[in-house]
Amino acid sequence: MEPKISLKDVRKAFGPKKVLDGVTLDIAPKESVVVIGGSGTGKSVLLKCILGILLADSGEIKVDGQDVTHVAATDRDAVNRKFGMLFQGSALFDSLPVWENVAFGLLQREHLSRAEAKDRAIATLAKVGLAADVAVLSPSELSGGMQKRVGLARAIAGEPEIIFFDEPTTGLDPIMADVINDLIISCAKEQGITALSITHDMHSARKIADRICMLYEGKLIWAGPAADIDKSGNPYVEQFVHGAAEGPIKMQVRR
Amino acid sequence: MQFLSLIGGVVLTFLGHLGRLTIFAGTALSHCLRPPFYWRRIGSQMLDIGYFSLPVVGLTAIFSGMVLALQSYTGFARFSAGSETAVANVVVVSLTRELGPVLAGLMVAGRIGASMAAEIGTMRVTEQIDALATLSTNPFKYLVVPRLIAGLLMLPVLVLVADIIGVFGGFLVSIYKLGFNAASYINNSYDFMQAFDVISGLIKASAFGFVIALMGCYNGYYSKGGAQGVGAATTNAVVSSSILILTLNYIITELFFGT
Repeated sequence: MEPKISLKDVRKAFGPKKVLDGVTLDIAPKESVVVIGGSGTGKSVLLKCILGILLADSGEIKVDGQDVTHVAATDRDAVNRKFGMLFQGSALFDSLPVWENVAFGLLQREHLSRAEAKDRAIATLAKVGLAADVAVLSPSELSGGMQKRVGLARAIAGEPEIIFFDEPTTGLDPIMADVINDLIISCAKEQGITALSITHDMHSARKIADRICMLYEGKLIWAGPAADIDKSGNPYVEQFVHGAAEGPIKMQVRR
Repeated sequence: MQFLSLIGGVVLTFLGHLGRLTIFAGTALSHCLRPPFYWRRIGSQMLDIGYFSLPVVGLTAIFSGMVLALQSYTGFARFSAGSETAVANVVVVSLTRELGPVLAGLMVAGRIGASMAAEIGTMRVTEQIDALATLSTNPFKYLVVPRLIAGLLMLPVLVLVADIIGVFGGFLVSIYKLGFNAASYINNSYDFMQAFDVISGLIKASAFGFVIALMGCYNGYYSKGGAQGVGAATTNAVVSSSILILTLNYIITELFFGT
């Protein structure tokens, strides 16, 4: 089966700093892959390279077999319609009410009337467990957890084939984090959407992943089924999973 | 040697900014001509720049007109009496050619340029601009083009209003403070004023409006590093557009009136 997303030896450097140093990864259709790794290891850059927000220096990125490595996000409308993305800070447009945020992509792509778009937005908000009266609020009036849910609604409103989750549970309390995990499972897994998530929340990773990869110093050092994460046999992965300060990964802490 | 490398570094940074700004302006202009257009966004920006700047620009204009009348009267009194015609002439020419566009431009740079840089800068650091790209929306078309068009079109309108209010300010001082005859003051103003005085001012205004929006958007678009970065972008937008306004003002004056 042709992979939904295929990365081959993707490299990206900012000045002398190599952020992605040859990443190779195939994601099958309807698979949920979680990339784990410490802060600053290039997880977000990986997502942005696939989306074309950043352009990879070299390597090859294919979506449904189509090479998009050197096409910027602004020039690849057809490809980006397949994607939805939940940003780390939700990245809601604070100048627009909630429903216009959710319906933003619909209004751009499908030329719906504003009334129809609002109905679609309210229906999508219901999928993430938000009532219709939230629709007219401004994003700044919402709690962090609700903003995440609106962000998720915005990501799934365009009925994407692929969704990216950038640290979906970071900054949420454990209960809300689990609510978001459940929503990711119900929105992505059960509707057959391909999902690529990045996180350092191991609880979340175990719950939403079919397959887990670990990114360290710009390379994928381990990949395997989520169930095998505790018997990876890789000292780096073990240290990360157990959250141990001592181990092969040295945090750059200035003393 | 360290001194030389410091100079070199500054020059290189400057040239880098200049190149990036040129590419930014070129990209933005090319998007101004290609659909889709976000009419609602253009409309709301025109409202913000044109309508909501009226109080600031109007106050600036009326006091400039008043002080011009007072200063030119006391100045002319030093070497000739009966300077009624001269006062009316000075007020109308200097307001329409220079003070109207420049002062309105500077006030709008402070009001609008700053808010553009802050808004777009915040959108950049909170990933809202990246989010636009993932939602099939070109950030240039959605954020930059409406602001450029609104600046280009609304500044002349503002300056026209400023011209009228400013001349009225001069009229008020001349009549109620200096005791001129109202009818002959209006007559004098009208006789001296040439259409090109006003038109050249409006052309300047358009250029200033474009520069204000361009510097606001450019600095916001490339801001980074959270609150501090957005603050720096805001400052840079206002300072650079103010300097560019004054520079452009000389260049355009030279083109129109330099012999």
